[in-house]
Amino acid sequence: MSDQNVVAKKSFFPPDRSLYTPLNVVCGVILLVGLLLTVMRFTGGLAAVTNLDDNYPWGLWIGFDLMAGVALAAGGYTTSAACYIFGMKRFHSAVRPAILTGFLGYALVVLSLNYDVGRPWRLPYPFIVQRGTTSLLFEVAACVALYLTVLFLEYCPAALEWLGLRKLRNALVKVTMVLTIFGVVLSTLHQSSLGALFLIAPSKLHPLWYSTYIPVYFFISSIIAGLSMVIFEGTLSHKYLHEKMDETYIAEHDGLVIGFAKGASFVMAGYVIIKVIGIAVDNQWHLLATPYGLWYLVELLGFVALPCYLYAVGARDKNLKLIQWTSVIAVLGIILNRLNVCLIAFNWYLPWEKKYIPHWGEVGLTVFMLTIGVLIFKFISTKQPIFYEHPDYKGHH
Amino acid sequence: MSVSRRRFLTWMGGASLGTAVGQKAYAASNKAFTGYPDSMGVLHDTTLCVGCRRCEEACNKVNDLPAPDVPFKDESVLNQERRTTAEAYTVVNKYADASQPAGVTFRKLQCNHCKEPACASACFVKAFKKTPEGAVVYDASVCVGCRYCMVACPFNIPAYEYEKVLDPKVMKCTMCYPRIKEGKLPGCVEACPVEALTFGKREDLIKIARERIFKYPEKYVDHIYGEYEMGGTNWLYITSTPFAQIGMREDLGTTSAPELTAGALGAVPIVVGLWPVLLTGIWAMTKRKEKISAVEKQQAVNEAVAKAEAEAGEKMAKAMEKAKKDQEAAVKKEVKKALEAAEKAKEEGADEKEEDV
Repeated sequence: MSDQNVVAKKSFFPPDRSLYTPLNVVCGVILLVGLLLTVMRFTGGLAAVTNLDDNYPWGLWIGFDLMAGVALAAGGYTTSAACYIFGMKRFHSAVRPAILTGFLGYALVVLSLNYDVGRPWRLPYPFIVQRGTTSLLFEVAACVALYLTVLFLEYCPAALEWLGLRKLRNALVKVTMVLTIFGVVLSTLHQSSLGALFLIAPSKLHPLWYSTYIPVYFFISSIIAGLSMVIFEGTLSHKYLHEKMDETYIAEHDGLVIGFAKGASFVMAGYVIIKVIGIAVDNQWHLLATPYGLWYLVELLGFVALPCYLYAVGARDKNLKLIQWTSVIAVLGIILNRLNVCLIAFNWYLPWEKKYIPHWGEVGLTVFMLTIGVLIFKFISTKQPIFYEHPDYKGHH
Repeated sequence: MSVSRRRFLTWMGGASLGTAVGQKAYAASNKAFTGYPDSMGVLHDTTLCVGCRRCEEACNKVNDLPAPDVPFKDESVLNQERRTTAEAYTVVNKYADASQPAGVTFRKLQCNHCKEPACASACFVKAFKKTPEGAVVYDASVCVGCRYCMVACPFNIPAYEYEKVLDPKVMKCTMCYPRIKEGKLPGCVEACPVEALTFGKREDLIKIARERIFKYPEKYVDHIYGEYEMGGTNWLYITSTPFAQIGMREDLGTTSAPELTAGALGAVPIVVGLWPVLLTGIWAMTKRKEKISAVEKQQAVNEAVAKAEAEAGEKMAKAMEKAKKDQEAAVKKEVKKALEAAEKAKEEGADEKEEDV
C-alpha cells in the first residue's frame, strides 16, 4: 500500500520536474482568483461579482454551471445504465470514470449554487422548513440532492478498494443494480425538470425554444451530452492519464468510443425529429426566418444534425479521430442549447442594451469550478482504481 | 452513508405523494379556481392618471424604502421607461400617444397580485402566499434567494437586493397588506389626487370598469387588462391607449401559471412508479438473454465435444479394425511365408535325400 502511494505521489508530482510547470502555474492562478472571487462574493454580495439584474435573475452560474453542468454530468447514468441495465458488459471499464465525473460534476453544481443563491445556508429549507411541492425547482432540488448521494455511493467502491475496506466495498457493490435504477429514475426526473423550469414562463422564452415538450428535449439531450462527454473525457484521459489504465480499459476503449458514437448518433437523430415536431405542433415555421430563427437553426443543424451525421460516419468507418472531434461539437451544442434557453433566448424581446452579459467574476468562478473538477478528478484517478481494476478485486464485480 | 434505502424510498414517496395530492391536484380535475371571493384589488384608469408620482412617493414612505436618487417632484425620470426595483415597488411610466389631449398616457406599474400567482407556484419553499384579501405576500424569513419567482413572473415585477450580503430579499408591492388588515387604503391609492386608482372588491372593480367602457365606448379600449390575463389579476387596468403601446403585453394568454406546470409535475409520480418496473424488466430480460445464450453456448460446446468424441471413436474403431486386419494379414503372410519356407525346406530335404540315395 505504502509503495503504491509513493508511486502515485511520484506520478502526481514527478520529482524530476519542477512544480512550476506552465500548467501548474495557470491552475494556481485560477485557484487564487477563485478564492479572491469567493471572498468578494461573500463580503460584497452578488452585486460585487455578477452582472445579474432584475430582468436577468439567472446568469452564467445557472445557465452554465447548473444547466449545462448537470447535462454534461449525465455520463454517469447513461454509462451505468448501458452496462448494468442494458447488459453491455463490454463498456464496464468506462463506468468508473463516468461515475467519478458525474459525482464531481454534481458536487460542483451544488457548490456553485452556494455562490448563486442569496442565502446558501438556507438551501435545506425547502426540505426541512416548508416544502414547495408546486414548484418544479423543488423537484430539481430533491432529485439533485438524492442523485448526488446515489453518485457518491456508486463512486465509493473505488475509494473503499483503495482504503482496503473490503466488507463495506462488497456490500456496496451488491446494491449496484438498485443504485443504477435509482440513478436513472432520478436523472430522468431532474434532467427533464431543468427544462420544465421554463414551462412557467411562456412569455419570456422565445417561442422556438419554448415548447410544452421542453422537459423531453432536456432529458433526451442529456443522453447525448452523457454519451459525448464519455467519449470526450476518454480522449483527454488517454492523453494525460494513460499510465493509469490497465489492459482491459485500453482494450475496451476503442469499442466503447465506436459504440457510444453509434448510440449518440441514433439519439441525436431522434432529438432532431422531436425538435422539428415541436415546431410543427406550435406552427412556428415562420419564426425560422427571423434572426432568432437563424440562431436556432445554427444550434439544431450545426450542433446536433451535423455531429449526428459525423458520429454515424465515424462509427461506420471506425474513425476514432473523427468521433473524438465530433464529441467536442456535440458537447458545445449541449452547452449552447442550455445557454440559449436560460440566457440568450430568455427575455428575447428585451432590447440589446438590457441583455445580460456575464461579469468577469462570473466567468472566473465558472473556470474556477471547472479547474477544481479537473484537479480532483486527476487526483482521485491517480490514486484510486478508476481506470484499472484493483488487483485484489480482479473480475469481482 | 446516512441514507438507507428505506428512508430514500420514504422521501421519494413523500415527494411524489406531495405532488400527487398537493393543492394543485385540482388543476387536472374539472374544478376551476376562480379566485378568493370578496378579494380586494385596485382598478387603474390610465385616462385619469397625470403622472404626478405621488403614488410612488407614498409607496416609498409607507414601505420605508430608501430615498430615491431623483426626488419624487422631478418628473424628468418619466422620460425613460422604468421597471420596479428593490428600491421602488411602483413606478409610473410615460408613453407617447398623439390621440390624447396631452399627447401622452401615464401608466402605473406594480405587482398585479395574480389570482394564481406564478411566483407562489414557482417558489420551492412557499415564501409567497396569495391571501384571501387579494394581496400576494412574501415571507423573507424562509426565502433561500434562488430568484425563480423573478424568472416565473410574467410581469417582471419582483426585484432582488443583489448588493446585500447576509439578508438579501425579494422586493415587491404587498398591496399594502398590513394597511388593508387595519382597514386602511393602500398607500398609492390614498395618495392619488385624481382617483386614477380605485380600491375595492375585485368583482365590483370589474363592474365599475365595464360601466366606464360602456358609458364612453369612444374613449376606452374595450378590454379590462387583468380580468383574464395569466388566469386573472387583482390589479386591473382600463385605458384609452392600446395596451401594447403602454408597455403591457397582450400575448400572455389566460392560462394561469400553475396550469402551465401541472402536466410536468403530474408526470413525476408516474416516472417514479413506472421507471423502476421498466428498467428492472429490461435488466431481467438482458439477464435472461445472457443466461439463455450461456446455456446455448454450453449446449453447443457439449454437442461439438460429443460429436468430436463420436467421430474420434469411430476413427479409432476403424483404425483398430484396420490394424487388426493388417495384423491378420501380416500373420497370414508370415504363416504363408513360413509354410512356403517349410514346403521349400521339405522339397529341398527330399531332393537331398534323393541325391543321397
